[in-house]
Amino acid sequence: MTRTHTTAPGTGAARPGALSRLFARGRRTVPARPAPGTALAEAVDLHVRLGQREVLAGIDLSARAGEVLALVGPNGAGKSTLLAALAADLPAASGEVRIDGRPVGDWSAPDLALRRSVLPQAAALSFPFPVGDVVRMGRAPWAGTPFAEADEEAVAAAMAVVEVGEFAARPFSALSGGERARVALARVLAQRAPLLLLDEPTAALDLRHQELVLRICRERARAGDAVVVVLHDLGLAAAYADRAAVLHDGRIAADGPPAEVFEDALLSRVYRQPVEVLPHPRTGAPLVVPVRAVEGSYDGLVSQAGT
Amino acid sequence: MTLPEAAPTPTKATAPGTEAAAPGTGTAPGPAAAAPTPAKATAPGTGTAGGWRGRKALLLTLALVATLLLLALVSAGTGAYRIPTADVLASAQHRLGLGGAPLDRVGESVLWNVRLPRVVLALLVGACLGCAGALMQGVFGNPLAEPGVIGISAGAAVGAVAAIGLGLSFFGNWTITVCAFVSGLATVSAVYLLSRNGGKTEVVTLILTGIAVNAFAGALIGLFVFFADSGQVNQITFWQLGSLAQATWPKVLAVLPCAAAGLFIAPLYARRLDLLSLGERPARHLGVDVERLRLALILVVALLTAAAVAVAGVITFVGLLVPHLLRMANGPGHRFLVPGSALAGAVVLVAGDLAARTLAQPAELPLGVLTALIGSPFFFWLLRRTRRKQGGWA
Repeated sequence: MTRTHTTAPGTGAARPGALSRLFARGRRTVPARPAPGTALAEAVDLHVRLGQREVLAGIDLSARAGEVLALVGPNGAGKSTLLAALAADLPAASGEVRIDGRPVGDWSAPDLALRRSVLPQAAALSFPFPVGDVVRMGRAPWAGTPFAEADEEAVAAAMAVVEVGEFAARPFSALSGGERARVALARVLAQRAPLLLLDEPTAALDLRHQELVLRICRERARAGDAVVVVLHDLGLAAAYADRAAVLHDGRIAADGPPAEVFEDALLSRVYRQPVEVLPHPRTGAPLVVPVRAVEGSYDGLVSQAGT
Repeated sequence: MTLPEAAPTPTKATAPGTEAAAPGTGTAPGPAAAAPTPAKATAPGTGTAGGWRGRKALLLTLALVATLLLLALVSAGTGAYRIPTADVLASAQHRLGLGGAPLDRVGESVLWNVRLPRVVLALLVGACLGCAGALMQGVFGNPLAEPGVIGISAGAAVGAVAAIGLGLSFFGNWTITVCAFVSGLATVSAVYLLSRNGGKTEVVTLILTGIAVNAFAGALIGLFVFFADSGQVNQITFWQLGSLAQATWPKVLAVLPCAAAGLFIAPLYARRLDLLSLGERPARHLGVDVERLRLALILVVALLTAAAVAVAGVITFVGLLVPHLLRMANGPGHRFLVPGSALAGAVVLVAGDLAARTLAQPAELPLGVLTALIGSPFFFWLLRRTRRKQGGWA
């Protein structure tokens, strides 16, 4: 269920000419809605090197339609690298990354943009575009397809859902860190790709907006998208993810539903910090709490952690 | 066309061999329909903002075109041999076969062989410089990138000086342009490679690279001057200061292909330049082939800069000043900024040339000197303003 469009470069003014190969956007194939459970992004025995260091060593993971997959793990475990590899930003040293069933290298940049959207860790902007324009940039991949008709609606909906509608006319540079993060998320949502890769979307956000962002992830998964989200807050991961992959030293230490994966021994080892996992008294979702000493008994805790 | 939330379902796509999807209704099977949203619900706020900005851009364009025409008319009539504006118009009408009347023989010659080529050349060079400035700033994602500041004009100048100094003439009229283009292209590529690291350009690195490139180009130009005979030295020195005094129709023709190609191609990249301001990776995530975009734009910048430098020498600050002013007036969107900078650059340079010819009559100021005299204080002001507003460029 695919259709092809020949699209003109940029705004739609086709200019065939000698240098046209440099300018042409070529043919794109608009993807069909994925069936629930389809693997939209897969890593197969993925190894990634950054300089001399092997950051990812043999990752096997798939992100499926209709599912929120949380990537958790300590600093430097390779979460963001894995996300970048899934986004086709980093090349595999060996192994393979497949998007929508094909190796990432086989897709052109415009084709990939119809299939996956990526929220970077830090939102940057070289020039002071107004917020509305920034979100509208998320619609660029659809220019020249019938879905361009939905541009304004998608932009308005995305801005409303992350609560940045009232900033529409303000320049991006005048926003606070948390507001910028939400605008960046709105841009990603407006893209409406079936695979969302979000790198720490909650890092700069207050409590309310952290919950909001994860609820949006759930809604997108319910609507049939695949969502991969890098999270530091294990409580959020436990509450909202269908699956969690715990990364440790470039490998996947555990992969499965949070209720099964999040257990004391594994997390204590991976994070090198004693933790307790308790069921929430009302919902039963796992709560991950660092083992904290009662005031005055730190000495005992330190010796306990050392064993 | 009803689009379910987050559901890019081709509405009219027939599904060969798949489950029977109701064609044309847009009822996507499964959970996609769970979150319906009203189709075509345009946000009133954003819609009118866009419309207002569109009108503003149109007004600015009209104002710039009007100013340009007026300046061109005044410039064509002003000088040692004064021609009244009405006579300029009459002569133009006559040449176009729309009535009017020719001037006397001297007037006709002054207007058509001296003034008009000069006005047209100023217009072309200004458009090239303004447009190249806007493109450079977009590619580097940095408001300080300008062909003059980061050494590309100087690099193109080396090629042109070499052509003069060595008496090259293998391409006839086009020799200087071709040499300027080749050395300009080499310089842009070198600056780009030297100043980028891990997909980013720090301002300090960019400016320091510019200093180094300018110094090296200066040394090469010095060498050519050293080995040139006195006639060539005069030609080089005069040309280096930046001037349109030797404008002729053949010179206009020599740069026209480069300038026209660059000016027509540049706006095609406007939308992708907007996306590039998000950073390289996000731009790629939105479907921009960043490598190809960069390559194409560097070629275009080299074309435009070479065209300008080959006929007019090194004229700095136009490419810096013009896009900045337009960004303040109408925001950073490149769909207006790129063609707008070409237009405004033309206005600035036609005005600048008129000033250069008339301020110190009967002497004539070098145009490059004049733009630097006005541009440098603007640069200072820009630095101060940025420091105040965002603590300077890191």
